[in-house]
Amino acid sequence: MKTTIPNLSYVFGRTLALSAVAATLTAFGCTKDSQAKAASPATDPQPGLPPERVADMLHSVMEADRTVYTRNVVNRLVKEQQVQIVNPDTKEQEAFKASEQWKTEHGKLPLPAQMFRMGAERVTDAKVGFTYALLSKWPINKQNNPKTDVETKGLEAVAANGGDKPFYGKEELGGKKYLTAVYADVAVASACIDCHNDHKDSPKHDFELDDVMGGVVIRIPL
Amino acid sequence: MFLAAVIMSTTLAGYLAWAWQRDERSAFLPGTTTHGHYQIELACDACHSPFEGVTQEACESCHAEELELADDSHPRSKFTDPRNADRIERVDARACVTCHVEHRPALAGLMGVTQPSDYCFHCHSDIGDERPTHAGLPFDGCQAVGCHNFHDNRALHEDFLEKHVDEPWLRREPRLALLRTSRPVPDRDPLQVADHDAPSGIRVAEATIDDWQRSAHADARVNCSDCHLAGESADDEEDWNPAPDHEVCASCHERPVKGFLAGHHGMRLAQGMEPMRPGDARLPMRPEAGDRALDCGSCHTVHAYDREVAAVDACLGCHDDDHSRAYTASSHAQLFRSELLGEVPEGTGVSCATCHMPREKAPRGVFTVQHNQNDNLRPNEKMIRSVCQNCHGIGFAIDALADSELVGRNFDGLPSVHVESIDMVRRKIAAANVSRAP
Repeated sequence: MKTTIPNLSYVFGRTLALSAVAATLTAFGCTKDSQAKAASPATDPQPGLPPERVADMLHSVMEADRTVYTRNVVNRLVKEQQVQIVNPDTKEQEAFKASEQWKTEHGKLPLPAQMFRMGAERVTDAKVGFTYALLSKWPINKQNNPKTDVETKGLEAVAANGGDKPFYGKEELGGKKYLTAVYADVAVASACIDCHNDHKDSPKHDFELDDVMGGVVIRIPL
Repeated sequence: MFLAAVIMSTTLAGYLAWAWQRDERSAFLPGTTTHGHYQIELACDACHSPFEGVTQEACESCHAEELELADDSHPRSKFTDPRNADRIERVDARACVTCHVEHRPALAGLMGVTQPSDYCFHCHSDIGDERPTHAGLPFDGCQAVGCHNFHDNRALHEDFLEKHVDEPWLRREPRLALLRTSRPVPDRDPLQVADHDAPSGIRVAEATIDDWQRSAHADARVNCSDCHLAGESADDEEDWNPAPDHEVCASCHERPVKGFLAGHHGMRLAQGMEPMRPGDARLPMRPEAGDRALDCGSCHTVHAYDREVAAVDACLGCHDDDHSRAYTASSHAQLFRSELLGEVPEGTGVSCATCHMPREKAPRGVFTVQHNQNDNLRPNEKMIRSVCQNCHGIGFAIDALADSELVGRNFDGLPSVHVESIDMVRRKIAAANVSRAP
């Protein structure tokens, strides 16, 4: 069985399309056989893709979308252009911002981390099999601390290697086995570090550009 | 003994068969239904699917949209994530029915919640480490004192409180957004009495035509045939509909009718049942109102469509509980009367509808009226954003809503309850300022 990889540029920018990628790849066989033979997941043409390779592909879409949103939308409008808007209640000009409370405040963008999480929730709801999350050893929301051993080891590994390579581990949760892949989440724009360094609930206030701030954790059922 | 069991079983089976055949569904109710659902308790298939019980899809078909709008703090996806598998062993919040059960009043509290009041502990036992203000607080008080809500925290979360921490009890200009009422057709005069197009064979009372001519419908050039003949030929007496129902109204007023059908007043109609009558209600109602069938026209005086009547008189014509009876003597009611007399600016008065049918910002900045009067009712903190904050400071509003006696008196007086959440936020801001000081 030969697997055709979907054109990733087609799905670029559409978070829900991740579901389609995963469903296709899973359907074409992330089997135990393929995992056993996957000595070099990035290059070895195997019948069926190893889960590590699937995770890499999913992550490439996530990272691309996330970087584009952070740099070309939030950072550009808020930091570089410093766009001003008129508050409809006070009729006064105010700075256009990204805000945690974007849903209930006028004229606010979702934070990049929220954008990412909303996509993750939609993918979870779509029940395509894989899940992903953005975790950190220094989260603003403490629910995003690492919980499992694999999450903890993965975040430490990608922080130690500066994001050069991902971490893969296997774990059993709720009676099911998963491949858990962890990818470094790097501060790609000043919007990232300014928000985290200034936030009252952040446990760390000295992030710098290109720091590993946390990790993207992708779980694929085995 | 065996014979007695056989006779009882046979009798019960015979009764249920008889009830089924006569469509007497009440015979199959296993117990008292919750306040939220009892109006549709005989529409069994609204919730139950054959051989599947109550599916998650059944709950979501009515409640998914409001949870989305409420920015649900505990969406289902939080619990279907494998990293929270250990949590669903303690509280399986993947399904609504884990916490909300029907027909079991002995087990359930408000909104059919069966979980013990300290269930937050399962996932937030270390909250004291994260927030020193919460160290040592009992877990059975998280939701009881007006601080947190499992689903809807839009008016309770810390950022919101921080933004409103120093507000006075009454705002400087306490008033509501104004509604755009009638929409006159550009360059066309309102319809006059002589313009009405009821077929000649249909007798229409003069008072009815006068009511219509003074209404927003005539302003907007909506004629008799638009409702009574659904816009078809105005000469066809056979097709004349003497009592257009909510579906006719919905052809123009889609959002209000959608809200009406989602609340207690209209949920029976939404299920294809007979309309609700106040006599079917569990809340105290005026005896003379018991047989009124509720439709749009019950509150909006048909043909006149008087919004002042719909805002107070229509409500008090049926509702007869302490809160309703206390309204007329309340300061809110005094403001409403003053507004009608032109003594205070428009939007200053507080009617029943002001709080129970709030004005909501629709797309493009237009305000519309939420016609689901249950939408912000339980827990009552839901009113803070949509209603109270138009006029009051948030701290005052939280206290007032937490004071059940004050609610009973229709807010005539000051709160005797104080919810500490806003104090905690104030202390946190002060601590942060100290730590940041050079």
